[in-house]
Amino acid sequence: MGYDLKLRVWRGDRTGGELGDYTVEVEEGEVVLDAIHRLQATQAGDLAVRWNCKAGKCGSCSAEVNGRPRLMCMTRLSDFEPSETITVTPVRTFPVIRDLVTDVSFNYEKAKQVPSVKLTPRDEDGKRRMMQADVERGQEFRKCIECFLCQNVCHVVRDHEDNKEAFAGPRFFLRYAELDMHPLDTNDRRQLAQDAAGLGMCNITKCCTEVCPEGIHITDNAIIPMKERVVDRKYDPLVWLGNKIGLRTKDNEGRTEV
Amino acid sequence: MSDDRHPMTGNRTDSGQDTGFERHEYDVVVIGAGGAGLRAAIAAHDAGARVAVVCKSLLGKAHTVMAEGGIAASMGNVYPDDNWQVHFRDTMRGGKMLNNWRMAQLHAQEAPERVLELEEWGALFDRTKDGLISQRDFGGHRYARLAHVGDRTGLEMIRTLQQRVVALDIDVFMECTVTDIFKDGGARGGRVSGAFGYWRETGRFIVFEAPAVVLATGGIGKSYQVTSNSWEYTGDGHALAMKTGASLINMEFVQFHPTGMVWPPSVKGILVTESVRGDGGALKNSEGERFMFDYIPEYFKNETADSIEEAEGWYTDKKNNRRPPELLPRDEVARAINSEIKAGRGSPHGGVFLDIASRRDAEFIRRRLPSMYHQFKELADVDITAEPMEVGPTCHYVMGGVEVDPDTEESIVTGLYAAGEVAGGMHGSNRLGGNSLSDLLVFGRRAGHNAAYYAHRSRDKRPRVDEDDVRAASQAALAPFEIEGGGENPYTIQKDLQDVMQRLVGIIRKAEELEESLVEIQKLKERAKKLQVEGHRQYNPGWHLAIDLTNMLIVSECIAKAALERKESRGGHTRDDYPGPDDSWGQLNLVLTLAGGDFASPVDLKHQPLPVMPDDLKELFE
Repeated sequence: MGYDLKLRVWRGDRTGGELGDYTVEVEEGEVVLDAIHRLQATQAGDLAVRWNCKAGKCGSCSAEVNGRPRLMCMTRLSDFEPSETITVTPVRTFPVIRDLVTDVSFNYEKAKQVPSVKLTPRDEDGKRRMMQADVERGQEFRKCIECFLCQNVCHVVRDHEDNKEAFAGPRFFLRYAELDMHPLDTNDRRQLAQDAAGLGMCNITKCCTEVCPEGIHITDNAIIPMKERVVDRKYDPLVWLGNKIGLRTKDNEGRTEV
Repeated sequence: MSDDRHPMTGNRTDSGQDTGFERHEYDVVVIGAGGAGLRAAIAAHDAGARVAVVCKSLLGKAHTVMAEGGIAASMGNVYPDDNWQVHFRDTMRGGKMLNNWRMAQLHAQEAPERVLELEEWGALFDRTKDGLISQRDFGGHRYARLAHVGDRTGLEMIRTLQQRVVALDIDVFMECTVTDIFKDGGARGGRVSGAFGYWRETGRFIVFEAPAVVLATGGIGKSYQVTSNSWEYTGDGHALAMKTGASLINMEFVQFHPTGMVWPPSVKGILVTESVRGDGGALKNSEGERFMFDYIPEYFKNETADSIEEAEGWYTDKKNNRRPPELLPRDEVARAINSEIKAGRGSPHGGVFLDIASRRDAEFIRRRLPSMYHQFKELADVDITAEPMEVGPTCHYVMGGVEVDPDTEESIVTGLYAAGEVAGGMHGSNRLGGNSLSDLLVFGRRAGHNAAYYAHRSRDKRPRVDEDDVRAASQAALAPFEIEGGGENPYTIQKDLQDVMQRLVGIIRKAEELEESLVEIQKLKERAKKLQVEGHRQYNPGWHLAIDLTNMLIVSECIAKAALERKESRGGHTRDDYPGPDDSWGQLNLVLTLAGGDFASPVDLKHQPLPVMPDDLKELFE
């Protein structure tokens, strides 16, 4: 039943801050976000936290709970001992705005750099046909709720601020893979994924896959196949010849490089 | 202007007050970045307008993301007999004929092309065997009609529109809340001239100068204790429209979705998609009875199975069997569940049982309902492939909203448009599942297009923002910081309001309780004049709530007032003291306006006859 939870929450802004100690009443079946909300409603009205759906569908409430990147709405208090102190801090890879809210604009910037989908014309009846088996790969990647936890744990950017310029991160490798596997898309983004998005910098440590709350197999189903596709392109003799004589705009699948 | 700006949003990151207001000029400002807002922005952009989208959360987090079941559109991919007339008829009957017929017609006619457009922009819908977009069964729809992606259709829709908006390079002001809409010539003046808001991140104010504003702010669910809605659903657009002089209709009709989670407490109210029933889930009480057979209303008798055998037969042979009563419109199912619980036949945590495990194998359930599987497993320790779920009604949707012209989506205020949940009329007294996502697309596009066209026409005589109005808006927004000592905590007032609405203006209503609710809301309005917040303006949720709360109070008063006035039961409005529908009330809309320009002013109500359906459409109901 109900008990008093000891909660440590990071309070501060970009100039600095510290962990604050609180005691919050919690009930059976609650999650970390419930405790944070009660804290906000009763003791710290100005505690900054992002959240929307509270059901693991929107990916807003990412934070680090006892050092582990999690969605606060999907982290149940019953996973901890009632006597245990739960420490909640903002995700580390992105700059703090205030308290648990961070500046995730990096991700929105990277999103702008992915050329969008461009499909072949519709069939004569105005509809399009794709087989379920062919859309399923992309569908797995489109389950992404953009919580950016994969971006947060990816060591390429987590520990190396300098890499942010040239590295889009796992969330966007998913996007590149999704588009590359779209049955009707006509754009070829493989070179772009390799060069501008920094796919080559990923050394498949699978941290992103482990942290994904949607269980998307980011590394195995998106990043590794995408790396292979980039390599296929590089070694395709027609592509090589086309590049050599300056003729090539379409690769062997009839796509246009963007 | 200061150089200390956010690289992407252009958000000023200094929080000083002496540098004046940030200003932007656009043709069309869209408030809200859910399905309707993003679709409106795309349409306005395509029509050549300079567009801004302003939203309270990050892009891609709007409530549309929560939609599960699908988008209703009569594409006829599964049942070639389906067409817009059948969809139109289903929609009108589901709304108990109180819908604006023209909106229901446009919606049914245009929805298929809006879905195909999403596919064009990258959406990956589930497919039929022939490779077409698959369509699933839902309550109140005669044919399998909902285009879907598992049970996460809303996520697919928002991501697709979001990616389209990014591809078109439309300006998005994220985590920015609009608190006022300006008109030239002051509050009682003529045309829209712009909007006023604040950056949540810094608390700094921002002024938009624009001849056209599209409201796409969604609903009002946060005024209730048990709701499937997110924190953003505070009726902002409803209240902004009223403060600007526009009118609301159908506010007495609030949809309680029959199936929300009931346990554990932390997830109480979270949606359990209707697809569970569409895909074979049965509702049972504590005695194991499929009680819905006891609640088939006269109105739907001819199309509903009256025996378990026939209902079972429907899943394999839809031609020769009628639909199971679990797939009646939502208002019917929610009332039935409510009655079973009240009669003492509820589940341990105060709901009823929803069982799909008995009919479908684990693989089917995990493939068709992955989010539901995940949600129950992670949050309630329930394996829905093996055990029944416990579910109960949850406040889900408001049918009522801004009264708009059905073709242009313009309100009675020139330059003010509304689309999606914040607009009224389309769904009458009850919305069918799946008709919301299609509504967002159809009317979002229409609103954006018409707003752009209007802005273009007024390009030589653009309205001006009055500086006195800007000052007044900033003072009003800062008021909660000015109160000294003994002020009211916004979180407490919100909780008290939720308690009043849940207890007195819920699924089943009666005169005394509604009267009491109005007295209580009045008291809360008085208390809300003394809202006080701690801290400073930078990302301060207490302050944000204090501002949203005034909107919730206006909207709650509208709901209670209209519910007290309508002396009949119809759709999402059930009166214990007037249990049946009444033909004379069936011809009337209740129109609500705000007597003054701020939240404390009284709400006025008047009767207005429904628009009359032309004869060729009437024939569809004979």
